[in-house]
Amino acid sequence: MFTKIAIEILQLLIVALGSPLLVGVIRKAKARLQGRRGAPIFQPYADIRKLFSKEVVVSENSSWLFRFTPYLLATTMLLAALIVPVLTTSAPLAFMGNIIALMYLFLLGTFFLALAGLDAGSAFGGMGSSREVAIAALAEPTVLIAIFGIALRAGTTSLDGMIIRFAAEPLLMLNAGHLLAFFAFFIVTLAENGRLPVDNPATHLELTMIHEAMILEYSGRLLALVEWAAGMKLFLFLTLISNLFFPWGVALSNTPSALTIAFLALALKLLLFAGAIALLETAVAKLRLFRVPELLAGSFTVALLAVVTSFFLK
Amino acid sequence: MITDSTLMVDLFLLTLACFGVGALGALSAAGSPALARIVGHVSALLGAISALTFGVAGLVGGTMELNIPDLLPVGGAAFGVDRLSAFFVLVIAVGAIPAALYAIGYTREYAEKHSLAGIGFAFNIFIVGMILIPLARNVLTFLALWELMSLASYFLVITEHEREDTLSAGWVYFVMTHAGFAALFLGFLLLAQTTGSMHFAEWSAAAAHLGPDTRNLVFVLLGIGFGSKAGVIPLHIWLPRAHPAAPSHVSALMSGVMIKVGVYGLLRVAFDWLGAGPLWWGGMMLIVGAVSGVLGVLYALVDPDLKRLLAYSSVENIGIILLGAGAAMLFQATQLSGLAALALVATLYHTLNHAAFKSLLFMGAGAVLHATHTRNMEELGGLIKRMPQTAALFLVGSLAIAALPPFNGFISEWLTFQALLSSFQISAHTVNLIFALGVAALALTSGLAVACFVRAFGITFLALPRSDRAEHAREVEWTMRAAMALLALVCIVLGVAPSLVLTPLEAIVFDLTGAHADMRFNLTAVVANGEFGWVAPLWIGLGLVMFLLAIPLALRLLGANQRQRFYETWGCGRALQTARFEYTATAFANPFKRVFTVLYRPIKDLDIEFHPESRYFVRTIEYYNEGRLIFEDAIYRPLLGVIETLARRARVLQSGNVHSYLVYILVALVALLIFAV
Repeated sequence: MFTKIAIEILQLLIVALGSPLLVGVIRKAKARLQGRRGAPIFQPYADIRKLFSKEVVVSENSSWLFRFTPYLLATTMLLAALIVPVLTTSAPLAFMGNIIALMYLFLLGTFFLALAGLDAGSAFGGMGSSREVAIAALAEPTVLIAIFGIALRAGTTSLDGMIIRFAAEPLLMLNAGHLLAFFAFFIVTLAENGRLPVDNPATHLELTMIHEAMILEYSGRLLALVEWAAGMKLFLFLTLISNLFFPWGVALSNTPSALTIAFLALALKLLLFAGAIALLETAVAKLRLFRVPELLAGSFTVALLAVVTSFFLK
Repeated sequence: MITDSTLMVDLFLLTLACFGVGALGALSAAGSPALARIVGHVSALLGAISALTFGVAGLVGGTMELNIPDLLPVGGAAFGVDRLSAFFVLVIAVGAIPAALYAIGYTREYAEKHSLAGIGFAFNIFIVGMILIPLARNVLTFLALWELMSLASYFLVITEHEREDTLSAGWVYFVMTHAGFAALFLGFLLLAQTTGSMHFAEWSAAAAHLGPDTRNLVFVLLGIGFGSKAGVIPLHIWLPRAHPAAPSHVSALMSGVMIKVGVYGLLRVAFDWLGAGPLWWGGMMLIVGAVSGVLGVLYALVDPDLKRLLAYSSVENIGIILLGAGAAMLFQATQLSGLAALALVATLYHTLNHAAFKSLLFMGAGAVLHATHTRNMEELGGLIKRMPQTAALFLVGSLAIAALPPFNGFISEWLTFQALLSSFQISAHTVNLIFALGVAALALTSGLAVACFVRAFGITFLALPRSDRAEHAREVEWTMRAAMALLALVCIVLGVAPSLVLTPLEAIVFDLTGAHADMRFNLTAVVANGEFGWVAPLWIGLGLVMFLLAIPLALRLLGANQRQRFYETWGCGRALQTARFEYTATAFANPFKRVFTVLYRPIKDLDIEFHPESRYFVRTIEYYNEGRLIFEDAIYRPLLGVIETLARRARVLQSGNVHSYLVYILVALVALLIFAV
């Protein structure tokens, strides 16, 4: 019982405390790649702390929903941290949902954030909301088809089950279908988390923003919660990709040594992904908004190919 | 286990009596609108509660057989109940109970211009017609009740007959529903003739021996008949017209419940009367479901009329239901009956869920209409402060229909996904591909539904009011709020406690498929298809509540700044903030209009009148951007053209000369005699 609780708390802490670091590392790597020195990797912690100590300014037009949303966002991410196999495939609360339930949990957050964007009555917020839900909606088929692609090879949609299966039989992953599913999922991760080439997390030009436009009205502790939740979402998505497609290191049993290895492996994998994202964001420009559907349609095609190849290579 | 059939008969008669009293009471109280309103709707409420009891009793195994020989020709009126019938009675009651409660308050303002006696009468007949259809056990009983339901709902649709668009909506509904009736009639006659029986009970045994051509023809005819009532694309054109035109409590019933009667018919055909068919039946059903789902939600997404948006979203949800039904048929045809049963469980679950949240949403839209007298979202906004309870209840409905956890839409869509994803166990590439497209369609549908209901709720209830009407809106009276609260509660309970529903559903699908659904569940968790997928909605709900309480508490303990100040929205330094600065419903939908241009083919028109001195100053801007309806343009308009041409040709026969008419009669008589010999 004690180990079970300890493991869940450990997973929570890793996601909750690790996510600002991940954001900091990506920013640092990006800065170095662009020839800047960049802020220290611990800067996001300082930012969040500063925001928590500031007064909240709320629009007069907005309702309770605007103030409620940041809490809900953080809640969905923390709940997801209990489900996603961050360190181990035997997280005691993983029975709360499979990968589909997890994706719908993320959608719950998107739903409320988009409403909050509309609540202040500013054109920017509405613009951000409209674009955010458009991208989320168009990404959804890719997500599910990519899941289909891996599920039909693993024979399960349970997060733990897929990792156990792939860890036991790595040869299952050695085919075109798996690689295609990985690409599709990676593109979706970029889109869902507002990264380049879909959205620019560093921009503050209103007309090009998506995620940043939606949260324009937030300040103080509410903004801190929103930023923190966004960091956790990125952390969880990257963890999911790392552990689903590269299951090496994930603890299959809850012994201290296995968990330590899992922690180190996760750190390494996330570091690599952070580097990849920084590299990508340095190399590519933001797409025009109405080119984004083409990117998503492309990733959908890739995911569908992943499924089709698995059928024919069965 | 209830085996005492007298209880069932008693409940059945009690239900009939309540609606009878309601219908006749409303009529006889024509002199006093208030009395007619109360008598008509309270009786309907009692009748619906009695029907709910009947449904529950039927689900736990109650049976009934009732024949009234002299009521109808050819076999009399025959009623009976099995689990599937009982379930649909229950679904109808779940919609009808709150609708009747809601109507007590909602129809108050109809007293000035319209006959409440008529509304009350038609309302009772409409509900009792729907309740009896699943219980009908022979052809004539079924068709008579079908027509009763259609006519009563037609009269309810044209309640506001002083409006031109209502009448034209009613007309489209009238024509489409009778076209559907004609298809049903042909299908039934064909089946009755070839099997030699008018009794449904004898069909399933006899239909197996029919030739494939007959079976295919019957399937198509009945599919068209029931599909048009269910509102599947492309037979849906009446739905987005008729549902919004009706008074809102009737819209709730039509969208939440009546279209389910079509689903009942489709399930009866596919799993009882005809039994397992060739692969293309299931494939067809799945494709029709996928198309209805995606196109339904795409149309809902761009519509500025709140009630029409909800009507289109009903097309979408029927699509989701048929995706499940089609999957079940495909599994049945490939001998995976455990998975067929699983898909069918998902189908029935979503049927029940949609009845709850769609009724809730239509009633919410009705409350908005009641308070503001407009359905146009571009004139709404800010209602969350003026109608806080309606807003909260509408939000619950929106979350449920967007299939977000822990509400009820989530669990049924999740089950549908599990069933579709399990299709990899079939080893036929074409079928696999159809299923993969089904998965993609369902995913796109649910993603777009999120967008659609962010827009519906956000534009209607949030930010500043966009018109005086919305500015001065007031919360509606308690009967209406109570009805919505009841449905919101159903949405939550069905969402977190699926075992309540899954137990009876499993028994139903066992009766239909002869197999146990490939799933396990207990009070908190559902496991589908071995270990293929699991979810514990109750735990998700509890987790959400726990963290929602813990985070603010933790922030307080950690010493986060708790001060809060209200200030105006930031807007690049412009001087004033009005509702004109807000994003509109049209603007919100614009990304989708651009992405799916092929479908909407919008007509755009921008008229700018510049100031005569300088083109930098604008006097007026007129912007027109409306989508076209491809099915109307591609199918129905040409069809109408053909009918009109034929009618014009036929006019030659109408000379107005009595002698020639006499010749026609003679010729017809002789022809008939020759034909008879």
